[in-house]
Amino acid sequence: MKIRLVAGLLAAASLTGACAGGNAEPGTASDAPVESYSRNPYPSTYRPYPSVPTLITNVTIYDGEGGRIDNGSILLADGEVVELGQSIAAPDGATVIDGNGKWVTPGIIDVHSHLGNYPSPGVEAHSDGNEATNPVHPDVWAEHAVWPQDPGFSRALANGGVTSLQILPGSADLFGGRSVTLKNVPARTMQGMKFPGAPYGLKMACGENPKRVYGNRNQMPGSRMGNVALNRATWAKAVEYDRKWDKYEKDGGDPPERNIGMDTLRGVLDGEIDVHNHCYRADEMAVVIDMAKEFGYTVSTFHHAVESYKIADLLRENGICSAMWADWWGFKMEAYDGIEANIPMVHNAGACTIVHSDDANGIQRLNQEAAKALAAGRAVGINIPDEVAWTWLSYNPAKAIGVDEMTGSLKPGKMADVVLWNGDPFSVYTRPERVWIDGALLYDALDPKRRPVSDFELGQPGQGDVK
Amino acid sequence: MLLGIAALVSAPAIAQTVAITGGTVALGDGSAPIEGGTVVIENGRIAAAGANVAVPAGATVVDATGKWVTPGLVAGFSRVGLVEVDAVDATNDTQANGSPFSAAIDVEPAINPRASAIAVSRAAGVTRAVVAPVTARSIFAGQGAVIDLGADMQPITRARAFQFVEFGEQGAREAGGSRPAAYTLFRNALREARDLGRDIRGTSRERGLATGEPVQPQELPLEEIPENPLLSSALERPEDVLLTRFDAAALVPVLQGRQLLLVHVERASDILRTLELKREFPNLRLVLVGAAEGWTVADRIAAAGVPVIANALTDLPASFEQLAATQSNIGRMVDAGVEVAIGMLGEDEARQVRLSTQNAGNLVALNDVPGASGLTWGEALAAISSAPAKALGLGSEIGSLQPGRRADVVIWNDDPLELSSGVEAVWIDGVPQPLETRQTLLRDRYLEIDRGALPEAYDH
Repeated sequence: MKIRLVAGLLAAASLTGACAGGNAEPGTASDAPVESYSRNPYPSTYRPYPSVPTLITNVTIYDGEGGRIDNGSILLADGEVVELGQSIAAPDGATVIDGNGKWVTPGIIDVHSHLGNYPSPGVEAHSDGNEATNPVHPDVWAEHAVWPQDPGFSRALANGGVTSLQILPGSADLFGGRSVTLKNVPARTMQGMKFPGAPYGLKMACGENPKRVYGNRNQMPGSRMGNVALNRATWAKAVEYDRKWDKYEKDGGDPPERNIGMDTLRGVLDGEIDVHNHCYRADEMAVVIDMAKEFGYTVSTFHHAVESYKIADLLRENGICSAMWADWWGFKMEAYDGIEANIPMVHNAGACTIVHSDDANGIQRLNQEAAKALAAGRAVGINIPDEVAWTWLSYNPAKAIGVDEMTGSLKPGKMADVVLWNGDPFSVYTRPERVWIDGALLYDALDPKRRPVSDFELGQPGQGDVK
Repeated sequence: MLLGIAALVSAPAIAQTVAITGGTVALGDGSAPIEGGTVVIENGRIAAAGANVAVPAGATVVDATGKWVTPGLVAGFSRVGLVEVDAVDATNDTQANGSPFSAAIDVEPAINPRASAIAVSRAAGVTRAVVAPVTARSIFAGQGAVIDLGADMQPITRARAFQFVEFGEQGAREAGGSRPAAYTLFRNALREARDLGRDIRGTSRERGLATGEPVQPQELPLEEIPENPLLSSALERPEDVLLTRFDAAALVPVLQGRQLLLVHVERASDILRTLELKREFPNLRLVLVGAAEGWTVADRIAAAGVPVIANALTDLPASFEQLAATQSNIGRMVDAGVEVAIGMLGEDEARQVRLSTQNAGNLVALNDVPGASGLTWGEALAAISSAPAKALGLGSEIGSLQPGRRADVVIWNDDPLELSSGVEAVWIDGVPQPLETRQTLLRDRYLEIDRGALPEAYDH
């Protein structure tokens, strides 16, 4: 089981700027690392928008962890989920919404997005998703290039019901850099969107992209052998770096030389940073699993895992999630064996299953991607209930990112990140009607004033249209 | 019932008389579905479709009670059959960066009926596709085809069905860096074609057309596919010019209006400039492709009588030429009287035309969003069946279940636009089609991954 150090990261926020070794803040969890350098130098400034107590009645509820309530009610207050049940009394002053014929689900979480880093319009000047100047770049952080004005955020909210998303660097590099998890709210700065307390992720990439990008420059890696060789060489250095800093934090003395990239890999080795590994082919995922064991880290999630269905048992045994498309295939050799039943087959084998987008359009219809996968499973007798399939869209991605204690399902005390759908959310004819983030109503299809228009779109053709 | 369909599909691949009874029949012409309808296939054509249709004596009867019956879907814009794996150059015939030719390039010999995407798309109910090449070093991509997706080695419905040209941002790039350069190139190219056309010996009709005499813009029957001008032996010109002789010759039918010109433009101003080209070249038969900002000038497009093949769900300002992109684009153009088909431009159009039903369904869903403009269910199905057929001048041949059309028919287990629905049977030209694909075979091989007596490789 992966060590989650949310408490430690939150504590680190209070230590911004502190770099003395060896002193833990009072109240820090006893297993949290001693802070010899800031783990959180660009802290979140996100604050929930104002909310009113809201009771939604008469709806079908998928709680995100596989539970379902028919003709149910859900109460949101103070930014949190308060209660779910068949019948709930409305508190004084609560907004009551009769949801007859509608559905309530947790907000969708996309574990793989490049919004902000490859924003619209997709001009060269906006291309900030791949460092691509060297195959080993654990030092770059996606958050340093997120453009909060990307119109894609609002489309993901209004059309997709996406309330949180992980922004990853691209896959040109073996080590692509750090990810950042955002709450999908309009903000002036990245920090204003940054999910408080979310662990960082490390993007890694297998296969064709790194070997093509660098091999074409006659530079290593030019093959899958080169990919693994350079990965191993880097991890070996990281283990050494980690050892030096562990010793310093234990014994004091002269601090070792800082290496921003190695900080990230040290975070992985210490279980503070999740590995998100772009990897299509079954055989290649198996190699990565062995490599992770060799160096003492775990892979949170294989992304674009189009061949997971071939090794679902291996993934289950190693506790690794697969983030998948419903039906993308064939655009390159490592996607050639993509099948529509991948997602239900991985689920059916008992492995962690996630629907992801990697796409500014796909992120607007992740519920539909899950619906197609459900149908592909049912066509071969894998009958997964709808409410269980919703785990692919919120709870499992929340676990993969490390925010499942805070969001991803409708449990009392968790963030009120909620979507009211105007019908069955697995139907093509259904749209989000309202979306709440931390209990604040940020999208309302029936209210033209609750449709964000980014700075970029102001004064442009089509400004303020429903889109 | 299921047994009946399966037995039919495994029958010899010959056209036969078939009556599909009891299903919800959607004709594909924009009308509402008919419950308990019957579709009769005879000699590879639709003999009848609708309510109160008699079953001919001797017909094979397929009971579709509880199911839906539609025309085979027509992919309005695609690259199906031109490429197996994009990133494996040897399998990718969409584009020729190193070729001296542009307009003369003809996709016909590249279409591979055994490309994986043909079977995958067919299994999703797509029976015909508009297939276009990609531009390389000119605004002219070359000549596209309309194909069928049948499991045989004769894929071509109409070869050289259209010339494809890029204006807008990509056209500007291909022309050397600006939109004016693209228009200059186009104007020069068509004048070269005119000069050459005057010299090409052909039928008297062709000679007349080459002088600029207007042609009727109606559909051309398949039997009158324009002769390939590249086969003419008289490709001589008095002095050298910008285009190769082959490229100029290929543009003669465009100039004459005997071959459609599909024009990719997104920005409203580019759309209007394209429509104006007809003043200079009155015989042009235009179809707009893309047209993300079409809704802002929908009245002008409608007045010009030019059909549009548009992406359904484009709603991001992905480029500066589509700042006004919205999912309401198609609905608003249809409301303004434009004939609009759904295509896929720049969205994995080589493999994913099977997403056309999802695209169409989303446009129906828009009707519930205040301020948005969607399509009725009938319009949505038409946008992926009869509308692309009409745009390509093949409305009397394919795209609907009206009598006389080629018998491309699909049985679905439920509403074809819904995500949970699946295809149960497909006919193309009246011939029942297999629905197995590499994907279903891979799926079945790995449904159980417990180690058996032999490796997976023996499981097939």
